[in-house]
Amino acid sequence: MATVTESTLSPALSQGRGGNAPPSAEGRGRILAALQRIPGLAVISDDEGLKPFETDAYISHRETPLLAALPDNEEQVRDVVRACAKLGVPVVSRGAGTGISGGAIPRSDGVLLVMAKMRRVLEVDPAARTATVEPGVRNVKVSEAALSSGLFYAPDPSSQLICSIGGNVAENSGGVHCLKYGLTTHNLMAVRAIDADGDILEMGSRALDAAGLDLMALITGSEGNLGVVTRVTVKLVPLPERTETLLAAFGSVRQAAEAVGEIIGAGVIPAALEMMDRVVIEACERFLAMGFPVGAEALLLAEVDGGYEEAGEALDQVRGILERNGASEIRVAASEAERAGLWRSRKGAFAALATILPDFYTIDGTIPRRCLPDVLERIVELSAEYGMTVGNVFHAGDGNIHPCIFYDAMKPGELERSEEFGGRILELCVEVGGTITGEHGVGLEKLKQMCFQFRDPEIAAFHDVKHAFDPGDIMNPGKAVPTLKRCAEWGGTHVRAGQVPRPDIPRF
Amino acid sequence: MADDFIKDLCGRVAAAATRKAPLAIRGGGTKAFYGGAPEGEPLDVTGYSGIVVYEPKELVLTVRAGTRLEAVEAALAAERQMLPFEPPHFAPGATIGGTVATGLSGPRRPYTGAVRDFVLGTRIVNGKGEDLSFGGRVIKNVAGYDVSRLMAGALGTLGIVTEVSFKVLPRPPAEVTLAFEYPEATATEAANRWAGLPLPLSATAWEGGVLRVRLSGAESAVAAARGKMGGAEVADASGWWRELRDHRLPYFATQRPLWRVSLPQTAEAITLPHPQLVEWGGGLRWVSGELDVLSIRSTAERLGGHATLFRGGDKAVGVFQPLQPALLKIHRRLKQAFDPAGILNPRRMYDF
Repeated sequence: MATVTESTLSPALSQGRGGNAPPSAEGRGRILAALQRIPGLAVISDDEGLKPFETDAYISHRETPLLAALPDNEEQVRDVVRACAKLGVPVVSRGAGTGISGGAIPRSDGVLLVMAKMRRVLEVDPAARTATVEPGVRNVKVSEAALSSGLFYAPDPSSQLICSIGGNVAENSGGVHCLKYGLTTHNLMAVRAIDADGDILEMGSRALDAAGLDLMALITGSEGNLGVVTRVTVKLVPLPERTETLLAAFGSVRQAAEAVGEIIGAGVIPAALEMMDRVVIEACERFLAMGFPVGAEALLLAEVDGGYEEAGEALDQVRGILERNGASEIRVAASEAERAGLWRSRKGAFAALATILPDFYTIDGTIPRRCLPDVLERIVELSAEYGMTVGNVFHAGDGNIHPCIFYDAMKPGELERSEEFGGRILELCVEVGGTITGEHGVGLEKLKQMCFQFRDPEIAAFHDVKHAFDPGDIMNPGKAVPTLKRCAEWGGTHVRAGQVPRPDIPRF
Repeated sequence: MADDFIKDLCGRVAAAATRKAPLAIRGGGTKAFYGGAPEGEPLDVTGYSGIVVYEPKELVLTVRAGTRLEAVEAALAAERQMLPFEPPHFAPGATIGGTVATGLSGPRRPYTGAVRDFVLGTRIVNGKGEDLSFGGRVIKNVAGYDVSRLMAGALGTLGIVTEVSFKVLPRPPAEVTLAFEYPEATATEAANRWAGLPLPLSATAWEGGVLRVRLSGAESAVAAARGKMGGAEVADASGWWRELRDHRLPYFATQRPLWRVSLPQTAEAITLPHPQLVEWGGGLRWVSGELDVLSIRSTAERLGGHATLFRGGDKAVGVFQPLQPALLKIHRRLKQAFDPAGILNPRRMYDF
């Protein structure tokens, strides 16, 4: 039987549903027997087999699930959910386990529904520009299946080689190209899911809208709280005829940020617009020897795409704006190999950062883009206050920032301090009118910051939405939305000196 | 002032909830024909108007729901930007609140996105008289369930929309319309084939044997696409697209009921003796005539879509396609959660 020691139970995990204590051996036996009665369902019940499912990519928390079920089809998913609902056992669904906010971390009193076996591409319809897949299909696989039709699936989270479409729907995943192509929510036609009653919900449609309320908007980004996704129809878009990639170096972050604003103000929507600060540039230089100009404080990686003429025109415009805004060096990729080379600095950034200190904590928040220079200055100040180095990589086009805080997990208290520092950065994002998560989700990681971004009646409304789909609170309970009680307990740490920071800033 | 309006509104809604007195939320009243007939005491929300924040370089606009659509569009046009979903006006006086509540998008929808795709945040007053804010003012935001997008097309049944933040887009500098003499099936096939290529499509419409295709983008892109696609250029077509958007084309000048049939873009043509106008690359088929409700709804369902009695006709047949029982169950529970007294725009969408 799975046992959980006190030290592995995070305070966040024990919120909601009166804790996360393993049920009695009898209770476990009942749910195990119910699952074993489901025809053809693979069930894992031994400690050894359950071990690999202890965590997702939010590795600072672990929990051994009570049991794991690996359904092969929708009927099995429905039967598992019904069995769990009947016995009041929580269900946590898991795609590829690449989420970094802890959304797929199991519960010691719950069943983990591992969707990896449902990985069939059911249909690619080139004329309708759609693909229908099971939730376990990997993100990149969809674009591979569409390639021969000259189409692709646009959302490309950095984990796209391994992350699953079901997980993408659960997290409303983004990626580096969402300024132009949108998030997961903009690229879905239909989602089929099993709700907590075991009913099949068909949300969206193959048409461009569906009758009734937009329930697909709710389930997208719901982090496994509203249903288990069993089938997804995504929109495919034409592969661009031409893609141009530029890398520009700047003497200050402010200059680079102003160039970004001017590009967008000029009416160009680049496919990608990524920025890196000096800490990251230096790490990349040491690790990849890119030959960046000495003294560069910010690098901007821009990509424009589309039809041949369209991309060419955008390239000239962007280059002109970068020059006028004082870029000290501009490189335009002349070949596919050079393009890959320029992207190496961005994609290799996290690997390069790992050479600074063994561990780093990646923060994810969004701010209005014009606040970028000020927010970065505040992060530098906080970095001095905490005595911890921070490197910044971000999607500059949409204001989604990813500061990386470096720490040494071997030193006692460093992890906790990095988390506290990260929390301060997220509060800063809310203060300037932004949000605590742009694309990584709330999961377990940001429950506390949810209380900072939303007021009690809004948190209560989120619980109401959940209960419309899951009245018994069995689906991934305790994740994504904090309990009001927790917010009250945490409240003190957020309202400093009795003042809500910047009350003049409207809260949406 | 603005705060007082919201405070008063919350008070009125709370009082109506106590009395269980239905409220008919009203903006410009230009889309009052759409959905079930308004019931209850009219609640005028046009007093809450004005642009709160517009940052062209952020591509973000926050606006109070009573603001006239034309005022918003003028402010955006001054910065060479636009609401990318090309919302219909139908009549002067349309407001942002009504635009979001009805969730209706115009000719650009298949190529750029729908109302819900560009909603970043909403502020609402729910049926309990609570002032709530969801989403935000930034383009990427996954904190909490996406309640703000849920408001698009909810017809005010879950809450009174008071403020909306949108993502906006640059207005394409060049635009050209091409015409092709095609029968319906050929037109739909061509529109879908072009949509699968990197061409700057921004609208298509087929009526009476003519397919019109609008291209919008950079000068060079539009010129190149025109060269590739052929067809005859239509001079000064922007007025025609505006009339299509607002249903002021001769096709719409009829006393017959107007059905809005939303289908997969590649679905076969619906064979009916009634006049049809096909938009959205085949995704939206307008049919004007006395149709057999069961037959049009079963046809729409068989083809993977749904049929709405858009304007006129006998609303007793139900304006919208009936929902599957499991979905209806969720709808009822959401209504109960947001508006427990059932006072906000009752029966405007379904039987609640």
